[in-house]
Amino acid sequence: MSKYVFFILALSSISALALITIFIISRGAPIIGEVGFFDFVFGMTWAPGRGEYGIFPMIVGSVTVTLGAAALGVPIGICCSIFMTEFAPAALRNFFRPAIQLLAGIPSVVYGFWGLIFIVPLIREYLGGPGLSILAGAVILAIMILPTVISITEVSILALPPEYKAGAMALGLNHWQAIKTVLLPAAKSGIVAAVILGIGRAIGETMAVIMVLGNAVALPQSILDPVRTLTTNIGIEMGYASGTQSQALFATGIVLFAVIMLLNAAAQFITRKK
Amino acid sequence: MKKILPLIFTALAVIFAGCAKEHHEAVIVAGSTSVQPYAEVLAEAFAHIRPDILVDIQGGGSSAGIMAVDTSVADIGMSSRLLKDSEKWMWHVEFARDGLAIILHPDNPVENFTIEQLRGIYAAEITNWKDLGGKDARIHVITREEGSGTRAAFEELVMDGKFITPRAIVQASNGAVRQLVSNDKNSIGFISLGLVDRTVKAASLGGVAASRENITDESYSLYRPFLFITNGAPEGDAKIFIDFALSPEGQRILSLEGLVEGMNP
Repeated sequence: MSKYVFFILALSSISALALITIFIISRGAPIIGEVGFFDFVFGMTWAPGRGEYGIFPMIVGSVTVTLGAAALGVPIGICCSIFMTEFAPAALRNFFRPAIQLLAGIPSVVYGFWGLIFIVPLIREYLGGPGLSILAGAVILAIMILPTVISITEVSILALPPEYKAGAMALGLNHWQAIKTVLLPAAKSGIVAAVILGIGRAIGETMAVIMVLGNAVALPQSILDPVRTLTTNIGIEMGYASGTQSQALFATGIVLFAVIMLLNAAAQFITRKK
Repeated sequence: MKKILPLIFTALAVIFAGCAKEHHEAVIVAGSTSVQPYAEVLAEAFAHIRPDILVDIQGGGSSAGIMAVDTSVADIGMSSRLLKDSEKWMWHVEFARDGLAIILHPDNPVENFTIEQLRGIYAAEITNWKDLGGKDARIHVITREEGSGTRAAFEELVMDGKFITPRAIVQASNGAVRQLVSNDKNSIGFISLGLVDRTVKAASLGGVAASRENITDESYSLYRPFLFITNGAPEGDAKIFIDFALSPEGQRILSLEGLVEGMNP
């Protein structure tokens, strides 16, 4: 009997996924059919008032902001996990770990507000442009993906058999050489998964970036230009959207959904290959 | 399940029938989404004075609201544009005006635009402040999102068929636009006149300051009329609600919300 209760409860979480998927696709697919898949995904103009629905500038926005976040956040995250697993004394480790978990617990709107008040004026003052920019979004997202990157990298380094390091050091390598040539390559698949999940986190983030990106729907010419991402397009326009505009926002959701599914599948595939 | 559904519907029908007997039939107000938030504030205050009259506010857009009145689907239509000649036969009253202010950073030396300059800035034909008598710096253009009533008003009053540049920064509220402009010396934005405060300055248009007086005498042209429309002279509960909107109390509420009083010939 209890088996069935648990089965039904488990089913409810899956059915939420199914319901959301069906809903998004049923709402968004018609407009993609109407505009044409190619014109929707590669169209350069987004002007719902004139019936033009091209999301390519937003795809570029999502990709550039996310890559920027990864470029800033991933090296810092990996170095931080190497420090925690290999160099830090236990006391320091016990301070670092909960502190990083705390970073994951800060609501995204707080990150966004902090970015708007602190990062954006800094960029405007010292680098020029309006401040609301790819760079501002990348900095905020780099901080936001740190907990994901650090905890998964740390776990995958800790999971290595202790003989790896002992063997490497017995062959005469120093500590850093052992990390560089033995531990990191052995933990590679876990680290790659950490990066992909971090990227998935960055590409799906909305609230923090809506406040610092500037949301312009044009191809950026530099990292100091404002851009709009797929998520912020939905966030910024849902307030008054109706009719085809709201359908187009759901269609934006379909594209985003597909991208995130692909990323998660890639992460699963890479970790499982080990 | 099949047997339960009709039961539920019958029960709901009985409950609603019961409610309807207690009150008058609701006054349905439909139309412009720009007017909607103000009508809701009015309806909220109205509910304290006449709790027996239900006022139901719906969006849909100015044209849909006028159509709804024409076909008697709604009792009162809301419009944020003047009536076309073909619609003028309907009874209408301008209960308020919504001014649009062009805002700049207080330190910006530029104080005044012509409407052509403004259009040029938003169409990205003028991109440097020095072309407007300011210093040599790029203009950071800030606009509202697609679907916003304030953006629609700006496009209608200023852009004259031209498109707002896609490079413009987009913010999703009047408050966010004001916040940005107050922090960026090279920015320009537009917000409802009632929301201008000391952190920004409102530019003049053709030498005329953006003020309530200049909207009332129509010398400042960036404003929209807010109309209530009925099919024939209003009567019954609809008339009571419109009278409330035009009463000193109703006008006081609207002015607190930032609107300017309407003018009726």
